[in-house]
Amino acid sequence: MVTFESLNFSPAIPEIFLAVMGMILLIFGVFRGDKGFRLVCWFTVFSFALAAVLLLHLADISSLAFGGMFVTESFAVVMKVIVLTGASIAVLMSMQYAQREKIARFEYPVLMLFSTLGMMLMLSANDLMALYLAIELQSLPLYVLAALNRDNLKSSEAGVKYFTLGALSSGLLLYGCSMVYGFSGTTNFNDIAIALSAMETPSAGLVTGLVFILAGLAFKVSAVPFHMWTPDVYEGAPSSVTAFFAMVPKVAAMGLLVRVTMGAFGGIAEQWQQVLWLMAAASALLGAFAALRQTNIKRLMAYSSIGHMGYALIGLTAASIDGVRGLMLYMTIYMFMSAGVFAVILLMVRKGQQVEEIDDLAGLAKYNPVMAVCLAVLLFSMAGIPPLAGFFGKLFVFQAAISGGFYWLAIIGVLSSVVAAYYYLRIIRIMYFDTAENELDRVEDTPSLFMMRGTAFLAVIFALIIWPLFHVLHEAVERLLAI
Amino acid sequence: MEAMTEIGVFEIGMTHYLVLGAMLFMLGVFGIFLNRRNIIVILMSVELMLLAVTINMVTFSAFLQDLTGQIFALFILTVAAAEAAIGLAILMVFFRNRGIISVDVVNRMKG
Repeated sequence: MVTFESLNFSPAIPEIFLAVMGMILLIFGVFRGDKGFRLVCWFTVFSFALAAVLLLHLADISSLAFGGMFVTESFAVVMKVIVLTGASIAVLMSMQYAQREKIARFEYPVLMLFSTLGMMLMLSANDLMALYLAIELQSLPLYVLAALNRDNLKSSEAGVKYFTLGALSSGLLLYGCSMVYGFSGTTNFNDIAIALSAMETPSAGLVTGLVFILAGLAFKVSAVPFHMWTPDVYEGAPSSVTAFFAMVPKVAAMGLLVRVTMGAFGGIAEQWQQVLWLMAAASALLGAFAALRQTNIKRLMAYSSIGHMGYALIGLTAASIDGVRGLMLYMTIYMFMSAGVFAVILLMVRKGQQVEEIDDLAGLAKYNPVMAVCLAVLLFSMAGIPPLAGFFGKLFVFQAAISGGFYWLAIIGVLSSVVAAYYYLRIIRIMYFDTAENELDRVEDTPSLFMMRGTAFLAVIFALIIWPLFHVLHEAVERLLAI
Repeated sequence: MEAMTEIGVFEIGMTHYLVLGAMLFMLGVFGIFLNRRNIIVILMSVELMLLAVTINMVTFSAFLQDLTGQIFALFILTVAAAEAAIGLAILMVFFRNRGIISVDVVNRMKG
């Protein structure tokens, strides 16, 4: 019998708070109109901060809520804090860009808020039903955000493409959910794990369902072969929205992927390891080679993100504490690095017009050395040059792959990151050795400038702060896998 | 089982429902990839996929004697409605910019 007490709301208080704030801000925006854009942005960031504070109170609690559909433990809390940080950065960076590009509608931060709420629920989902609803709550606002610049053909085309392929992927995911439900008799992750351990060999229906679910989640993290939407959506969507796409949803989707694979399907690791092996290797290779001939920097970042998801999945393929910890560290670093690179992309303005070709950066080092140095540091870090942050991300996932016996995967990862280094270095070459025909404007966009410098600084000093972060992540993963 | 009904000599069992679900699902998937005419057809195909899953869910729910599947099915119907609304809205925006909604014209970005 479900009583009010047995619903146990307290673990979900941060989410409930965010949902209420979302609705309040929506009403506030309706009354103030688009004049209230900046205020709604600030309130959104403030709500994210408060939700993070509320989350920290749950840091040491492991508990279930809503009849086992919602779970919170230190893994969920850590990932949610990372997601909230990324979302706050994305909202702050958007404020001036949105006004320059005349997309400063009050719905913009509210949609980001609801999408972030969906991501938080994804990280706490402990049931196929919660998983599906959280993913939809996360994606539906993202479809709208991609098409936000509604007078721009590219933006609306990005919206159409993202929506079509996103709907297809949630269909695949849902079909997988129905198969898993039918062949295990339950939708709860813990009960699925119990049902699996009772079987001697996992039934074919269950494995089919798992593959479909993995396909749906692979779309969300844009892993090959479900990456087709990424370059087009990254290029077409307004740059501030692309920054959000690049930073936040992938962290949440990776967290969910960890919970589904290591949690519910931890008993049949050898089944999903093969699938993830292929996805990881193919993403790393495609990300490295397809990016070589790109001229648009947003498109290049799309292929780079496909590659980075490949490296992160290498960690998950190892299916060990080391691997998951490596994945979490990788995603955290990746989020900050792409925040920095997108801050630079948002600052690429010439004569009041936003530009996004790589050649537009030519000669940047001569007339804006600070921006050039920051971008160079961030790109070196993404390429994995020691002792910058990106190096540690790669180090730990490759280490996990090797200790798990996945030698070929580690070799493919290292080789493709060498190829990937080429196109990062190409941007740096253009910045430092080409001559500028037209200089970029100096934009007084304080949040973006701050993020650019801040993330570059973080990338440099990361070696000094890695151990506390490492410790937190390690403990979170240990507790996740102990349950 | 009570969910089974006899029609003539055939006994309709779980497999039949599941095959129906799988066929509808495949129709939906092919509808998305083979259709070159109209984006509205893609929306219809997506709807078809979701309804195929609903059939699966209700079938499993009936044969497992477990209500979860039917609750899931209700949620799927709700989300499908929201998804269709957003899809049509985005399509409207695209139509206003392009003046046509043929799949072939969604090609400004390539590479």
